[in-house]
Amino acid sequence: MKEKPDTLEQAVLTEYKYGFVTDIDTDVIAKGLSENTIRLISNKKNEPEWMLDWRLKAYNHWLKLEEPKWSNVKYPIINYQDIIYYAAPKPKKQLNSLDEADPELLATFEKLGISLNEQKRLTGVAVDVVMDSVSIATSFKEQLSEIGVIFCSISEAIQLHPELVKKYLGSVVPMTDNYFAALNSAVFTDGSFCYIPKGVRCPMELSTYFRINTENAGQFERTLIIAEDESYVSYLEGCTAPMRDENQLHAAVVELVAHTKAEIKYSTVQNWYPGDKNGLGGIYNFVTKRGMCKGDHSKISWTQVETGSAITWKYPSVILKGDHSIGEFYSVAFTNNHQQADTGTKMIHLGKNTRSRIVSKGISAGHSQNSYRGLVRASKQATNARNYSQCDSLLLGDKCGAHTFPYIEVKNKTAIVEHEATTSKIGEDQLFYCKQRGIDAETAVALIVNGFAKEVMNQLPMEFAVEAQKLLAISMEGSVG
Amino acid sequence: MLSVKNIHANIDGREILKGINLDIKPGEVHAIMGPNGSGKSTLASVLAGREEYEVTEGAVSFLGKDLLELSTEDRAREGLFLAFQYPVEIPGVSTTNFIKAAVNEKRKYLGQEPLDAVAFLKMMKEKMALVEIDQRLLSRSINEGFSGGEKKRNEVFQMAMLEPKLAIMDETDSGLDIDALRIVANGINKLRSPDRAILLITHYQRLLDYIQPDYVHVLYNGRIVKSGTKELALELEEKGYDFITDEVDLAANQ
Amino acid sequence: MNNITYFKDQFEQLQEANPNDTIADLRQNGFDAFTKDGVPTYRDEDWKYTNVSSLFDKEYLIAENSTITLADVNTIRLPGYKQANELVFVNGRFIANLSTIRSGTTDLVVLPLEEAAKGEYKEIVAAHLNQSSNYLNDGIHALNTSFINGGVFVHVLKGKEPEHPVYCYHILDARQNPALAQPRSLVLADENSRLQITESYTTLGASDSFNNQVMEVVVKENAYVEYYKIQNDTANASQVSSTHIRQIGRSYVHTVTITLNGGIVRNNMNLVLDAAGNETHLYGLYLLKGKSHADNHTLIDNLKPNCFSNQLYKGIADDTSTAVFNGRIMVQPDAQKTNAYQSNKNILLSENATINTKPQLEIFADDVKCSHGCTIGQLDEEAMFYLRARGIPKESAEVLLLQAFAADIVDQIKPEPLRSYVSKLIYEHLAIQ
Repeated sequence: MKEKPDTLEQAVLTEYKYGFVTDIDTDVIAKGLSENTIRLISNKKNEPEWMLDWRLKAYNHWLKLEEPKWSNVKYPIINYQDIIYYAAPKPKKQLNSLDEADPELLATFEKLGISLNEQKRLTGVAVDVVMDSVSIATSFKEQLSEIGVIFCSISEAIQLHPELVKKYLGSVVPMTDNYFAALNSAVFTDGSFCYIPKGVRCPMELSTYFRINTENAGQFERTLIIAEDESYVSYLEGCTAPMRDENQLHAAVVELVAHTKAEIKYSTVQNWYPGDKNGLGGIYNFVTKRGMCKGDHSKISWTQVETGSAITWKYPSVILKGDHSIGEFYSVAFTNNHQQADTGTKMIHLGKNTRSRIVSKGISAGHSQNSYRGLVRASKQATNARNYSQCDSLLLGDKCGAHTFPYIEVKNKTAIVEHEATTSKIGEDQLFYCKQRGIDAETAVALIVNGFAKEVMNQLPMEFAVEAQKLLAISMEGSVG
Repeated sequence: MLSVKNIHANIDGREILKGINLDIKPGEVHAIMGPNGSGKSTLASVLAGREEYEVTEGAVSFLGKDLLELSTEDRAREGLFLAFQYPVEIPGVSTTNFIKAAVNEKRKYLGQEPLDAVAFLKMMKEKMALVEIDQRLLSRSINEGFSGGEKKRNEVFQMAMLEPKLAIMDETDSGLDIDALRIVANGINKLRSPDRAILLITHYQRLLDYIQPDYVHVLYNGRIVKSGTKELALELEEKGYDFITDEVDLAANQ
Repeated sequence: MNNITYFKDQFEQLQEANPNDTIADLRQNGFDAFTKDGVPTYRDEDWKYTNVSSLFDKEYLIAENSTITLADVNTIRLPGYKQANELVFVNGRFIANLSTIRSGTTDLVVLPLEEAAKGEYKEIVAAHLNQSSNYLNDGIHALNTSFINGGVFVHVLKGKEPEHPVYCYHILDARQNPALAQPRSLVLADENSRLQITESYTTLGASDSFNNQVMEVVVKENAYVEYYKIQNDTANASQVSSTHIRQIGRSYVHTVTITLNGGIVRNNMNLVLDAAGNETHLYGLYLLKGKSHADNHTLIDNLKPNCFSNQLYKGIADDTSTAVFNGRIMVQPDAQKTNAYQSNKNILLSENATINTKPQLEIFADDVKCSHGCTIGQLDEEAMFYLRARGIPKESAEVLLLQAFAADIVDQIKPEPLRSYVSKLIYEHLAIQ
């Protein structure tokens, strides 16, 4: 394309030029997982030999593992031979106009304040938008590359920056780490790759939103972010719109590496399909996210707002290896209907004077089960390690559950670890106070819940926070009364 | 404006109000006084629609409507305001956001458009000045970590914002030192108007030094046992509640 | 594990010797479960931080005939014993002729468990014995059940408040061989009754001992129960001590667990709140030195509405000791208006000590107020400095502050003789460097 639109807004205003984009590879390989599947995936992606070896190693290890049973979630047995491991890129069903889109979905967009054009893009109406977002992404990429930031898909990185990928892939989450990480290592199809060179403060929030092929990276996503000395990056993951994805199992791996004095801020708003009111359907979201504060004075901060998925099983963690490094975890997990969430964090203190902070807010409604599970470990060398954890749960309705499972392990006598947790329902007094001011129960509950979650919401970048807040209100609908 | 006829109310099966009669006209200020446990706060709660209380007998009409038929929030939207004795804390919700929601809910009920940000801000500035409240207080989580005086001032500010027809002030003077009391009372006085009635519920006479009531009622053992003008309050101050309650108890025993 | 065969032999001998025992079936079920589940490992969530395999690689002698005499018992009596009912267990068996029952039989009934299971109390025993297995479903509990023999049944009768408290002395005779004891007791505090019960543990001799104890306590309407556990045994003495208290009527329970010395010590303190309006207080203190490993597991299962529970466990870990606290609060769907509080506070004194703590809330009802908090830290440096600035040497200042830290729990021991006794033990324990 010769002329590059400056903004997405402009991009979607441009004329529909090409009709259907037909050059989408509709390859789908047969169901099931074997060494051949992996060779096929690697081959289709034209990967170098070392990458294939790595995948096969992971696969062989995975075969030896058993699916973990310890989390507080229940789901039917997953048949790993009944999954299609390579179906990319998959074209969306083409619609001629928004009238053909799911009205429930459109209503949600409306409430989220997503623009009409954006709605079209998300439902797959205007294919040219997808094309044009490629060009926008490209324009950002150029801007970023001027300052040395690499931001591309992991597949691209494997081709163009093999030395970086080789060095860091699996360095934080080894392929042998756990069942789902091993599976991901064997079969991941795509994901993001970010590299922030020394001393660079990334001038914009990097987001999967601008990445090519976002829509199809889904099922076994692999993300790798490296921040060199004294660099900074803020990364936004996911989309606040409720993507209807027919993939049941999502097993992503995210690895972050922060070198000396580097800071990585990773924000997630997750609103995948949670299943219907009776608990049918919905995504199983089994994610391994881990950051390594490798250098001294480095910092990694996870913020997540989780309202989607039928089952969420994720523990964004920080290994505090560098002295004076800081780990943070801020989380809001909202579950409704029959959703189950088992989420939390691990803060592994290895270096001296390391600090971590955990703020977790769980809100349960309907028949849902919401668990916080966290580990704080101060190892023997972690002199002066400090942790403060606050886990609060709010209950809406008498059929749901709220659970807290913190594990605290301290082997250093100078460490100070504090954990506090509370569980309660919305106070009758609070509700009466609101009602006496003319605010109805549903609005009052939304107000109180947003207040409850505020400490975490404040950690999100501004525009994200607004959407997350609305999202929370939407997820809550029907949970009161 | 408000007409209370023979109201009886229970909580947990215990009768607290045993036949209250009360008539309030626009512009009037009534004070209900009484010893602890006489049912003063129960009356406020029943009028505002707290669900724990069960009205077993009697009727209340408010601006021509059957008050007891209305939900708590609709009573508020009709113009009944309760300044709480113990305002609750709502962590993470600023007073500004809270009152904005309340103002717009009321407008919606009355068929008015919601206030836009500019108009709302303008209104807030005016009312803030009127009741002498600090902007900083309004951006903090509602009532969280507020002093007693700050909480009561916040209640009066909300009253100013919601412009009620009838404001019930439940022990608004309790727990205030003299300076705080003066500021709160000033605020309330500024909100007096010919079309607004105020019902002051208090244990002590001292609030009435600052807010002159038109009528004073003594509530004892679930009934209004004596009514009069503001002189009655002075008499109570001087002689204590005993001079009335003894009389009532004596009468009951005969 | 080679002593599994040994247990099998012992079990078969026991069953053969007591074929008509009404408890024989229960024992058989227990042994089947033990054979199936085996000894727990760190893979079992409840045993994540406590490895008991070392307790199962020894040749224990299950002594039939003990040589323990009254003279031996005299050396281990607890203060206040002259006013107490003293129940003596030797290697896990209740020995009537070493015990002293001061309360009259119209207040307090103490019977060998096997006897109670046959006679007048048959139905009570059948209804309540081994209810604990619904909660403690690991191999260790099952092993105790498979060897129920020589246990005791204690019954405080309806409306009675015996003036003499109950002291249980557990003596393990490890003078010749490693000693294994598996005492089992069933305690019933009937309606409107009052019971104070204290357990202590003494290993004689230098060999290892392993006390695998289960006590089940049933508390009925309007009863009041105080329970104290004092663990100050030798460094070779290990135990898994399970106390399973079911409040089946609206009642009040107060427990204090003190752990000072021992090898591997695991305490299971289970409270099942199976009636509306129960009130329960759990306190615990562990002051660990040397290689001691103490693991306090508490469980409060709220089954009915309007129950209140409060827990405070405090601990200090010095030398190469390990302290574990696992506090679990469950609130079941019917248990609306539950109020449950839990706090765990720890001080780590040594480079080589470890503290693991895991408070858990599992809540299935909405109208509840529950909270837990835990801290791991050091002695308050400000306070240390203050004391030293007043001329108190560092060591004494430390003992003073640690004593103050422990006092919150010690103060919860209501009977004065025991409180002073524990207080003195703690002082001695802390003062010896």
